[in-house]
Amino acid sequence: MSAEILAAQPLEPLPTPKRNRLPGAALLASTHGLQRMMLLIGVAIVALFIVIALFAPLIAPYGFAEITAYQSPPSAEHWLGTTVGGFDVYSRIIWGARTAIEVILLAVLLSIFVGVTLGVVSGFFAGPLDRVLVLLMDALYALPSLLLAIVVSIMVSQGQSGAFSGILSAAVSITVVFIPQYFRVIRNATLSAKAEPYVDAARVAGATSGRIMFGHILPNVSQTIPVLMTLNASEAILTLAGLGFLGFGIEPNSAAEWGYDLNKARADLASGYWWEAVFPGIAIVLIVAGVTLIGESLNDVLNPLLRTRGGVTTADELEVAEVAEVAGVVLPAADQVVEVTHDE
Amino acid sequence: MAAALSPGKALAKYLAIRAALIVPTVLILVSVVFFFMRVTGDPITAAMGGRLPLERIEELKDAAGYNDPLLVQYGRFLLDTLQGNFGHTTDNRPISEILLTYGPATFELVFWALIVAFLVGIPLGRIAARRYNKGADVAIRSFAVLFYAAPVFFVALLLKLVFAVQLGWLPIAGRASIRVQSALEKIEPNSHIYIVNAIRSGNAEYIKDVLEHAVLPALALGLLTAGVFIRLVRINLLQTLRADFVTAARARGVKENAVVSKHAFRNALIPVVTVMGMQIAMMLGGAILTETSFEWQGLGYWLSQYLLKRDFVAVQGIVTAIAVIVAVASFLIDLINALIDPRVRY
Repeated sequence: MSAEILAAQPLEPLPTPKRNRLPGAALLASTHGLQRMMLLIGVAIVALFIVIALFAPLIAPYGFAEITAYQSPPSAEHWLGTTVGGFDVYSRIIWGARTAIEVILLAVLLSIFVGVTLGVVSGFFAGPLDRVLVLLMDALYALPSLLLAIVVSIMVSQGQSGAFSGILSAAVSITVVFIPQYFRVIRNATLSAKAEPYVDAARVAGATSGRIMFGHILPNVSQTIPVLMTLNASEAILTLAGLGFLGFGIEPNSAAEWGYDLNKARADLASGYWWEAVFPGIAIVLIVAGVTLIGESLNDVLNPLLRTRGGVTTADELEVAEVAEVAGVVLPAADQVVEVTHDE
Repeated sequence: MAAALSPGKALAKYLAIRAALIVPTVLILVSVVFFFMRVTGDPITAAMGGRLPLERIEELKDAAGYNDPLLVQYGRFLLDTLQGNFGHTTDNRPISEILLTYGPATFELVFWALIVAFLVGIPLGRIAARRYNKGADVAIRSFAVLFYAAPVFFVALLLKLVFAVQLGWLPIAGRASIRVQSALEKIEPNSHIYIVNAIRSGNAEYIKDVLEHAVLPALALGLLTAGVFIRLVRINLLQTLRADFVTAARARGVKENAVVSKHAFRNALIPVVTVMGMQIAMMLGGAILTETSFEWQGLGYWLSQYLLKRDFVAVQGIVTAIAVIVAVASFLIDLINALIDPRVRY
């Protein structure tokens, strides 16, 4: 359809048409020196955790709910010692990777689905629906995210949690926290995208609103999603661990969860049982640092204000600036530039 | 649009709208929490379930109004809250008293943590920007990523392990030693801010005790925030250093140190003020975890206690207070921002 060809042009910065589908290779090529090292370290750490999660049953010497020895220090039999509840710390860390990755995937996918849909619809139709949604999302965004997650997790789990329902309720609680972020970015991008000529062209060609929104606008506003995703994934792990630490997470016999283990370790710390706390904590730090390194490199590479060479279209710059703004990194002016542009 | 108004009037209008927005924000948050918590059941069953016969629980629920239609309960809750009546916890403490007693404790913690965050975050961010892509930059950024990646409760556990358990330099938990605490709580008028009470008592031992208890919690929460400050200051200083007016200053022969401190640095700090609004919500979230880790009896600590007990009235009261604090604080920061930053559009 001619409208779609038109649509691709104004926002495509490079001649290679598949760039948005496969950001990895282009991204790596645009980094250098230390930046590339940071990106590669991040990717390596995340890949390691994904492998651990996939092959957890083969790697872990014990089950995550298998009672072995009580509070034994690290030894040949229990590499990282055992907990007060008799669990093997090393095995819990391995199984915990699986829980963490399951929760992140679910949470990120759910929040992208809901947040992006609401954002496109709200930005496209504008009017009273848009105003109400913006107000609601801004209010939700204002609440401490952990608090929101706790309230939602209590509501979803109703106090009981099996293996899947525990993971689901953790994922849903985190989802609610992230929906406003996707909503904000996508709504603003949609607002400026719908003033583009290709939208008029599609309309003239007789496309329905649904087709314009999800066939034409969505592909053009979705470039920002990967950056936001990596930024959110790291926060998702921290929220999951925070829920577990406060006692609103997943029960220990339904799945291994690092935050829960840290909570249980807290009481034993004064008696010198350090291994119960230190190792699960390191696991959290590693995976979050890995994801953050990827996000930081993405942000640094894509942030037009920091790049020395030019050559990117304005629309791209604006969207990246917005993402950065949500992540709290960039000038307040970024947001205003967007507003000014679509006024014109 | 604001173009038709004079700058002063436009500013006033912007601030009036911004202030008026506090009301719906708080209302939405309070309502969301009310309905979410009500879906899970009622506080009386949660507190007494299994311990009293079913009929007795129903009587109690009738008396407390938990069997009324949800909208009636909602209306009553809003009216009560408007009048400053937050109700009682299931162990029969007035919630307004909890807010007044433990709110200052959280304030004290956030205050200490902000001091740590400013002292660590801003100088390090500045060094990282000036040594862009050199060793110092990489080291500082790795430090920032690490502190962002480390959950605040894990940092808290490590600090406790090293400085309280292994070295024994600092106390492991609490806001003050038991003896000092009871002395401080007797000081009238009681501000519930221990450092204020300790200074007013004039007793150097009390001041030392309170400060010692504050070090580890302030570090745990402050370093988390410092990580954010480093990233913010670094990226904004980098951008400002490439601005035309900075190049102009350099061309005029202004020394590099003066360019950074007089021309670029102050401008680079403006976005930090902007993001402070968001940071307050984040710090209060972090305070829940920090207070739980250190048994620092503030709002966050008690909030998680009441959440575990499913005491919804208490939770609603505390969350309402947090929502008001966040909304008012972010308004104040927008206000400061509008006054100091000419680029803010209103």
